[in-house]
Amino acid sequence: MLYREAGQFKTTYADDQALLPIAQDRIGLFIILAIAFVALPLFASEFFLSSIMIPFLVFSLAAIGLNILMGYAGQLSLGTGAFMGVGAYACYKLTTLYPDMSIIVVLLLSGVFSAAIGVVFGLPSLRIKGLYLAITTLAAQFFLEWCFIRIGWLYNYNDSGAIEVPTRTILGLAVTGPQATPLTRYMFILCVVTIMTLIAANVLRGRIGRSWMMIRDMDIAAELMGIKPLNAKLSAFAFSSYYCGVAGALMVFFWLGSAEVEAFDINHSFLILFMVIIGGMGSLTGCFMGAAFIWVLPVILRAIPSAFDLNLLAATMEHISSIVIGVLIIFFLIVEPHGLARLWQIGKEKLRTWPFPYAT
Amino acid sequence: MSATSETVATQASTNGTSVLLSVDNVTLTFGGVKAISDISFNINKGEIRAIIGPNGAGKTSMLNVINGFYHPQKGQISYKGKTRRRMKPYQAASSGIARTFQNVALFSGMSTLDNIMSGRSLKMKRGLFWQALHVGPARQEEIEHRAYVEKIIDFLEIAHIRKQPVGKLPYGLQKRVELGRAMAMEPELLLLDEPMAGMNLEEKEDMSRFVLDLNSEFGTTIALIEHDMGVVMDLADRVVVLDYGQKIADGTPAEVQSNQNVIDAYLGVAS
Ligand SMILES: Nc1ncnc2c1ncn2[C@@H]1O[C@H](COP(=O)(O)OP(=O)(O)OP(=O)(O)O)[C@@H](O)[C@H]1O
Ligand SMILES: [Mg+2]
Repeated sequence: MLYREAGQFKTTYADDQALLPIAQDRIGLFIILAIAFVALPLFASEFFLSSIMIPFLVFSLAAIGLNILMGYAGQLSLGTGAFMGVGAYACYKLTTLYPDMSIIVVLLLSGVFSAAIGVVFGLPSLRIKGLYLAITTLAAQFFLEWCFIRIGWLYNYNDSGAIEVPTRTILGLAVTGPQATPLTRYMFILCVVTIMTLIAANVLRGRIGRSWMMIRDMDIAAELMGIKPLNAKLSAFAFSSYYCGVAGALMVFFWLGSAEVEAFDINHSFLILFMVIIGGMGSLTGCFMGAAFIWVLPVILRAIPSAFDLNLLAATMEHISSIVIGVLIIFFLIVEPHGLARLWQIGKEKLRTWPFPYAT
Repeated sequence: MSATSETVATQASTNGTSVLLSVDNVTLTFGGVKAISDISFNINKGEIRAIIGPNGAGKTSMLNVINGFYHPQKGQISYKGKTRRRMKPYQAASSGIARTFQNVALFSGMSTLDNIMSGRSLKMKRGLFWQALHVGPARQEEIEHRAYVEKIIDFLEIAHIRKQPVGKLPYGLQKRVELGRAMAMEPELLLLDEPMAGMNLEEKEDMSRFVLDLNSEFGTTIALIEHDMGVVMDLADRVVVLDYGQKIADGTPAEVQSNQNVIDAYLGVAS
């Protein structure tokens, strides 16, 4: 049908190695970007931007962080929530200590702190693998949560124990704090997530990304081909935690506005983990699909009854949507254990070869 | 027995050929099991050296010692004139030793192309910054290495599976991709652990042709473990025979074939 690469000949390796070698994919991406950058800012309501799109982008970025570690480098982690917390607290401390520093710089720096913490808690990965490693990252989760509560310096000894986001401006326009409109916050996050996704895609297809996948697939062979496990694993932890850290900072500064330790608890680690598993391990597209599935779908489900003038209790609706989501998760995992991204890929593959399914 | 093997060894090294790797009195034990006991032999530059022996003789362990995956309790390995007691696997890799595995050890989640590209890891130098942007030097580097990898893909006749994930390929092709991955390292010494095991006749012929061409066209020195005597006799310049972790013979294929120890321990049983 329409999804064909017939007639699209590659004459250079550069073309063949492009991120999206098939023209239809490039058009598809262009349409998505056009919707995100032009249509939504023009037509979407403030509610849609601030309760659906902003959290969706934040979680997508966190899912990319975890997916780099889990899906590409093969190291299990249950500490995503805490690593996001490190980014958020670092961002808060930096911007209150140096109020004049540009919020962009602060944001990028705060990722460095979570990367460093990620490396420290990644050290056990040199010795242990799989579920046992997951348990040590769980230790990171609890230890860091403890720090967020006990070390008052982190939240400037606020009585509430919460971090309150101050107003920060870029070129006179408020981007964080109470004065920032959902639209500016959305546009800011959208730019950050777009750029960071592109960077992740580039790193993953080059030497460094390959070294992570080598360690994931066959660590012995990787080592005999000159990959140092120490470098590969710790760089994966650093890179992944950087993404989680920035996502955490974005979450507090551009979405929640203030946060306590609950925002970074183990539930959030699991939430991101589900997004990665549902979306598809080892797929960047999957991160967005997973975030949409876990975050956006429930919001839409909850909105359905009121659209039909049904008056259900909010709590009832909450339960119904949890049940529906749970059933859908099980359904999708049975149909395709490798996640939505794989399902999407199989669909595209079928289209490419249609109506000759045996041609490859 | 030792008389013949020693004369062959000295002949080879005085015939103008230079020794690339020499194994001296290596002993390797696992708990109580002696996998290798006091073995010495050498590999000359440019030759195809076969290592044969019955199951459990210690052949794979020998390769693991050579590329630093196991550390022998006694003895030493000299490679390119340098003696190292403990070599790390990545040091072996960066000094030009590559290998394939008895049980295919490909990166199963990656495509054929990426598997072979991964063999270029050590030769790619660009850091995170350029990789992240994927413009300029990093892109240039990726394209240069892709060109080299395409040469290997042509050589091994696997262009049709270039973009396929290797996990789903038939066994014979997987072995070929694994050879390609090792070739991508441009090794001086290539260790092949039973590259033809489980193949049919035609696949074996293809693989033998690749090994011979690789040796003559690229000048790669090859150490080959193989159970098929026909293949060994045809390909190898010299053969070392192990049995129960000990060296029982060393010489040209013809000499080894007529050696009484070998016939008793191995060929006698097999034929
Ligand atoms: N990691 C290990 N731990 C314990 N024992 C080992 C280990 N590796 C090898 N061995 C033992 O060392 C001996 C030699 O094994 P090796 O794999 O080197 O034999 P091989 O000659 O390659 O045999 P095959 O032809 O079956 O591949 C065997 O007795 C084996 O059980
Ligand atoms: Mg073996």
